[in-house]
Amino acid sequence: MKIVQHRKIFFTLSAILFALSLFSIFTYGFNLGIDFKGGTITEVSFAGERPTKETVEEEMLPLELGGFSVRPSGESNYIIRTRELSLEEGQKLVGVLGSPKVERQNTVGPIAGVELRDKASKAIALTILMIVLFITFAFRKVSQSVFTAKSGTPPKAVASWKYGLATIVALLHDILIPVGVFVFLGRFYGLEIDLLFVSGLLAILGYSVHDTIVVFDRVRENLRLNDEAKKDEEFEITVGKSVAQTFVRSINTSLTLLITLIALYFVGSGATKDFALLLTIGVIVGTYSSIFVASPLLVSFYKLATKVK
Amino acid sequence: MRKHIWISLALVAAFVTLAFFVVRGDGFKGRFPYNFGLDLVGGTELIYRADTSNVDNIPDAMESLKEVIERRVNVFGVSEPLVQTETAGLISGLKDERLLVELPGVTDIERAIELIGKTPVLEFRLAKDNAEETVKANPEAKVNELFKDTGLTGRYLSRARVEFDPNTGVALVGLVFDKEGSELFAKITRENKGKILAIVLDGTIISAPVIIDEIKDGSAQITGQFTPEEAKELVRNLNYGALPVPIELASSQTVGATLGEQALKDGIKAGIIGFALLALFMVLWYRLPGVIATLALISYAILSLAIFKLIPVTLTAAGLAGFILSIGMAVDANVLIFERTKEELKKGKSIYDALHEGFKRAWLSIRDSNISSIITAFILFWLGTSAVKGFALTLGIGVLVSMFTAITVSRTFLLAITIGESTPLKKFLFSNGMDMFKKKTE
Repeated sequence: MKIVQHRKIFFTLSAILFALSLFSIFTYGFNLGIDFKGGTITEVSFAGERPTKETVEEEMLPLELGGFSVRPSGESNYIIRTRELSLEEGQKLVGVLGSPKVERQNTVGPIAGVELRDKASKAIALTILMIVLFITFAFRKVSQSVFTAKSGTPPKAVASWKYGLATIVALLHDILIPVGVFVFLGRFYGLEIDLLFVSGLLAILGYSVHDTIVVFDRVRENLRLNDEAKKDEEFEITVGKSVAQTFVRSINTSLTLLITLIALYFVGSGATKDFALLLTIGVIVGTYSSIFVASPLLVSFYKLATKVK
Repeated sequence: MRKHIWISLALVAAFVTLAFFVVRGDGFKGRFPYNFGLDLVGGTELIYRADTSNVDNIPDAMESLKEVIERRVNVFGVSEPLVQTETAGLISGLKDERLLVELPGVTDIERAIELIGKTPVLEFRLAKDNAEETVKANPEAKVNELFKDTGLTGRYLSRARVEFDPNTGVALVGLVFDKEGSELFAKITRENKGKILAIVLDGTIISAPVIIDEIKDGSAQITGQFTPEEAKELVRNLNYGALPVPIELASSQTVGATLGEQALKDGIKAGIIGFALLALFMVLWYRLPGVIATLALISYAILSLAIFKLIPVTLTAAGLAGFILSIGMAVDANVLIFERTKEELKKGKSIYDALHEGFKRAWLSIRDSNISSIITAFILFWLGTSAVKGFALTLGIGVLVSMFTAITVSRTFLLAITIGESTPLKKFLFSNGMDMFKKKTE
C-alpha cells in the first residue's frame, strides 16, 4: 500500500470534492428547517384515501400563507411546511384539508430560529477549537522525541501543532463534504438543515478526530520506537507504516458503525432517517480522510519544513 | 494471577447482572422507569419566552411564574407534566429567560395554550346560604355551587406578606387591599358576619376563613394551619396572582401518540437489527475474541440502559439514534485491542502476553480518540434543545461506558480464556480471518 507516496492523487480527489461541496453550498444555499428560520411544520394523516399532493396544494392556496411545501410521508401522511402560523391559522389549515388527523404540529418563532442558528454556528466553532487544543496537547511531546541521526540530516518529525493543523484540514474536509451533499439533496429532494443535522455534524466531527487520532497515535508510537532503537527511518516511511498498521482497524471500525447506521436508516424512525444518512456519509468521508488525507498531509508538512531549511 | 482473574470475572458478572435487573425492572412502569421524550410518547411541548425587563429579582419571578403555570397545568389533568425554567444565551451575553412546558399525552394544543396563557384569577367568594346542605348532598360539589361572587378579586390586592401570630407564633398570611378594595372588603365583611369567605385561586379554594367582624382598614389575615413555608408560598401566589412576568409563546410542538409509538418501535427494531448484524460481523471476523466482544457489547448495552434509567435520561428519537450509534462506536475499543493483540501474536508472543501488550498499547489510542467524542457530547449538551440534549447524553454516556466495558468486561473475559497453554487451536481462534493485508503491510 503506497498511500503516502501517492498522496497527490488523494489530495486532488479531496480537493475536487471539497470544491464541488463549496460550489453546491454557494449556488444552492442552505435549505434551512424551521428550527433555524422559524415556521410551522404540520404532519397530517388521512384515514381513507389520501388526496393528491396537487389537491392539498390547491386547497391551501386560498389561505394565502405565502410559500409552502407539501411532502408525502409514509402511506397516508403529508408533511406541510409553512411560515409561522398562529393558532387560528393552524386550525384553519387543518380545516381546509378536511380535518385529517394532526400527527404533529411544530411551530418555531423566527427569533428563536435565528438565536438557534447563532448558537449552532458557535457550537461548531467551539468544538473545532477545543479539539485542536486537545490534539496539540495530546501530541505535545511528539516533536520533542526526535532522533536526529547523523549531523546534517533533518529531524524525523514535525512540530506537534502540525498534527493539529492536519487534523483541522481533515475536519473541515469531513464537515464540508457531507454539508455539500446535503445542500445538494436539499435542493433536489427537500432535505432540510435542522438542529438534528447540526448534531450529526458535530458527531461527525468527534468521529473524524477519533479516527485521525488512532492513526496519529500510531505515528507517535512508531517515532518513539525508532527513537529508542536509534533507527534512522524516513518520516514518510514511518507514516506509511503507521497508516498500514491501523488500516484494518480503521476499516473495521467504520464498517461496524456503518452497519448500525444502515440499520438506523432502513429500519429506524422517520425522524432520524436523514440523520442516519448524514452520519453514513460522514463516517465514510471521515475514515477516508484519516487514512488518505490527514496522515499524508503530515508528510507534506514535513517535506515543506525541510525544504525551507 | 489465575485467582485474580476469576475474582474479576465474578465481579464483572455480578455487576452486569445487577444492571440487568435494573433494566428489566417492571418494564416501563418499574421503580426506575424509562423516561421517553415527547416525540416518542406523543404530547405537547410549549416554550415560552418571559419578558423580564421590568423585574428586579428575576430568579424569584421565574420561580413564581413556574408555580403559577404548574398549578394551571395540574388543573389540566395531565399525568407527569414537566414545567421548568431555563436561562438561555449564557454565552452570547443576551440573557433569555424561558419557560418550558411539557404535556405528555396532550395533543389538543389549542386548549393547552389557552389554559396556560390565561390570566389566573384570585377571588374572594362568599359561601351560599345553602352551601352546607349542598355539601351534605354532594361532598364533591364544585366551587361554583357553593360560593358566589363578591366582586372582590386579586385586582384590589395591594400586597400580601407572611406574618406570625404574636401569641402562638403560628404563621399567618397578611393581606392589604388598595383603597377601592378596602371599601369593598369592609362592605362584604360588615354584611356577612359569621359566613365563610373563601379565597379562591384559579378556581381552587386556598383558604376558607370565617368572617368574625367588619374590617375597615383594608387589611386581613388568613389563618390556617400554615407552616412558614406554606405561608410563604401562598404569599407569593397572592402577590403574583397574575403572571409575575409577561410571557410569549416562542415555539410549540405536538406529536401524535401513534407517530411517537411508531418512532419508538422503529428505533428499538433498528437497535436490535443493528446489534445482531454487528455481532455477526464481529464473530465472523474476529472468531473467539469476536464472541467476547459481543458479550462485552451486550454488557455495554445493559449498563447503558441501566444508566439511562437511573439518571434518568430522557430518551428521544435522536437519543435512541445516539445510543444505536454508540453501540457501533463501542466496538471500536475492542477492534483496536484485537488488532493490536494480533500484531503482538505475529511477533511470536504467547496469547497471554500478546493480550496484555495489546491492551496496554491500545489503551492510549482508545483514551485519546474518545476524548474528542466526549468534548463533542459536552458541547452538544450545551447547545441542546431537549432533542439534542438527549442525543448528547446518550452519546456521551455511551462513549464512557464503552471505554469502561472495554477495559473491564472484554479484558477480563479474554484473560480468563487465555490462561493455560497456547495451543494451535487457541492461536487459530485468536487470529482473525483474512490476513489479506499481511503481505502488503510488511
